[in-house]
Amino acid sequence: MEEREVILSAKDVEVKFRVRDRILTAIRGISLDIYKGETIAIVGESGSGKSVFTKTFTGMLEVNGDITNGTIMFEGKDLTKLKKDKDWEGIRGKRISTVFQDPMTSLNPVRTIGYQISEVIVKHQKKSKAEAKQMAIELMKQVGIVNAENRYDDYPFQYSGGMRQRIVIAIALACRPDILICDEPTTALDVTIQAQILKLIKDLQKEYGFTTVYITHDLGVVANVADRVAVMYAGQIVEIGTAEEVFYKPAHPYTWALLSSLPQLGVKGEDLYAITGTPPSLYDKVIGDAFAPRNPYAMKIDFEEEPPMFKITDTHFAKTWLLDPRAPKAEPPKAIRNLHERLLEITDERGDYHG
Amino acid sequence: MANEKEVILSVKDLAVTFGSGRKAFTAVQDVNFDVYKGETFSLVGESGSGKTTIGRAIIRINPASKGEIHFKGKKISGKISKELDQWVVRNIQMVFQDPSASLNDRATIDYIVSEGLYNFHLYKDEEDRHRKISEAIESVGLLPEHLTRYPHEFSGGQRQRIGIARAMVMEPELLIADEPISALDVSIRAQVLNLLKEFQRKRDLTIVFVAHDLSVVRFISDRIAVIHKGRIVELAETEELFKHSLHPYTKSLLAAVPMPDPQIEKNKQLIVYDADQHDYSVDKPSFQEILPGHFIWANEAEMAEYRKQIEEQDRN
Repeated sequence: MEEREVILSAKDVEVKFRVRDRILTAIRGISLDIYKGETIAIVGESGSGKSVFTKTFTGMLEVNGDITNGTIMFEGKDLTKLKKDKDWEGIRGKRISTVFQDPMTSLNPVRTIGYQISEVIVKHQKKSKAEAKQMAIELMKQVGIVNAENRYDDYPFQYSGGMRQRIVIAIALACRPDILICDEPTTALDVTIQAQILKLIKDLQKEYGFTTVYITHDLGVVANVADRVAVMYAGQIVEIGTAEEVFYKPAHPYTWALLSSLPQLGVKGEDLYAITGTPPSLYDKVIGDAFAPRNPYAMKIDFEEEPPMFKITDTHFAKTWLLDPRAPKAEPPKAIRNLHERLLEITDERGDYHG
Repeated sequence: MANEKEVILSVKDLAVTFGSGRKAFTAVQDVNFDVYKGETFSLVGESGSGKTTIGRAIIRINPASKGEIHFKGKKISGKISKELDQWVVRNIQMVFQDPSASLNDRATIDYIVSEGLYNFHLYKDEEDRHRKISEAIESVGLLPEHLTRYPHEFSGGQRQRIGIARAMVMEPELLIADEPISALDVSIRAQVLNLLKEFQRKRDLTIVFVAHDLSVVRFISDRIAVIHKGRIVELAETEELFKHSLHPYTKSLLAAVPMPDPQIEKNKQLIVYDADQHDYSVDKPSFQEILPGHFIWANEAEMAEYRKQIEEQDRN
C-alpha cells in the first residue's frame, strides 16, 4: 500500500470520568491514525466509548471527564494539551466539525435555519452578513433543500427530520472542515431518508475532499460508507482493517458475534445468534480480554492477560489471543463464513433481491 | 393453502381519524388484512405512515372512525360491551417500543407483571399469582429474585423482556409488538427476537409485528404489509414480497435496507420514491390481488404494468 498522509494521530489515549466518588475508565488506551480523505467507521455497542473517543478530537468531553494519558496530534498540535475554550477556537467547528445523532436537539428551536447557518460563517470566516446569507443559501442548495431562498427564514419545526439533518450537515460544512465527525447521523431517521443522507455525505466528501469519521452501531451503514472499520469494545479498539477485511475476514470473536447477530444473515425458523451477558463495568480494572466472559472461544489466558494487537496484514489488526501462534485454530461461526456468497444468495451484486 | 388457515384477526376498510371538522386528520384509511392463527404478520413503513395507529386501533386505544375489526369472529371495534372489552384486553396484549417509558418507574417488577392479573382476578390465591409471575419472568430469561426490584435497575434489553413478561402472563392469543427492538442495542436485539419466536413456537402465539426495519421483518415474518401515508400499498408473503416487489414504494424501501456487505452496498442504487408518479386522476386505484395472496394498491393501468414486471422478474 502506498504511503498515505496521516491527518490525525491518536496515541495511547486514555479517558477517565469522575462519577461521584468513583473513577470510570471510558477509553482504555486507543492508538489510531486517520488518513487524509478516507472514511473510517468506528463501530461498537452503546457504552463502548466510541462517542467519547471522538469527542476528544474537539474538546467536547463532559466536565467530569479528562484525558489522563496519550496524545492526539493534529496539524502539529497536541489536542490533549488544549484546555480552554479559547484554545479550541479555530479547530472545533472550523477544522473538525461534528454532525450529531438527533437533529431535533442540535438545532436551536427559536432561531431561523438561515440564521443558524450564517452565524457560523460570520463567526469563523469573518464575512459580512449579506455575504454569509448568500453562502448559507448556496450551502442549503448543496445539501438538497429545494427552494432554499424561501426556506432561509423558516424555523426548525417547519422542517422534517431528514431535512433538519441536512441543515445540521450544512452547518457542519459551513467552514469547510478537514474532518467531519458523524456521530450516528442517521439513527433517528427513517431507512429511506437514511440512505439519502448517507449518499449526500458521500457526494459532499467527493466535492470538498474532507475526511469522515463515522460513529455507528449499524453494520449495514458501515458497509455502505466505510473505507476502514474500527471495532470498539469496552473502551478499546479490538479490531481494525479495511471494510473488506473486517466484513469478509473478521478475526476478533466480538466482530464475529456482532456480524452473526444480524437479522440479514438469519435463517428463518432458526434462532439468531445472540451475544450473552453484558459488557464489563469500566469502574473496575478489567483483567485479561474484556470480551472473555461473553466469548465462547475464550481460553484460559483470556481471563489472565490482556492480548496485544496482532498484525494480520499491513492494514488489518486484531486484539485477540486467538491470533497467537500457540492458540488452537478457531473458525468463525458458520453464519458469517462466506458472508459475501451467502448474501449473494439473497440479493445480486447491486443489492436487488431475487427469489 | 390460505383457505385452511384460521383467521384470528380481520381488519376491514379501517380508517382512523384524529381531530374533527377542519382539523381532522386521517392517519390511516382503506386498511384491509387478515391475520392467521400462529403467524407473524408485519406492518412496515416509515415514521408517520400509520403502522402504530393500526396496532393501537386493534387493541382499542385509537378508535376506528370507519370500518370494522373482528377478533376470533367477534366485532371488537366501535361500541362494545364491557365484558367483550375485558375479553379483548385479556386476549390481545401489546409490547411497546420504548421499554423505559412503558414501565412504571415507581412500581416493582412484581407489581408491573401482576397488574393485569390483579385487574381481572386471574389467580386463585396469592400462591397461584406468585407462581404465574415467576413462570412469566423466568420464561423471558430473568430470575424470580428480580421481582422485588424497580425498572431503573435493569438494562434496556432486560426492561424490554419485562414488558414481554407483562404481556405474556395474560396468556394472550395475539401479541402486538410495536417496534420492540428498535430502542435496543444490536447485540441485545437478537435475544428479544429469539424470545418472541420461542413464545410463538411453544404457545401458538399470533404476532402482529410493527417495524420500520425490513431486515428484521424479513427474518421474523410470515407475511408483510407495506404501509405508506396511512394506506397498505402492498401485502404478500415474505418471500413473495422480496421476490416480486412491485409497488415503487416497496422497492425504495427494499433498496434502502443496508446489507452488511461492503461490495454489495457500494454498488447499490438508491431509489427515491415520489408519490406524484401515480396518475390517479381518472383511473382510480383500489386494493387488488395480483398474484394469489399478493395484494397491491393500484389502478388498472398500473396492474397491467405490474403484471408485465412479474413476467420479467420471473425470467431473470
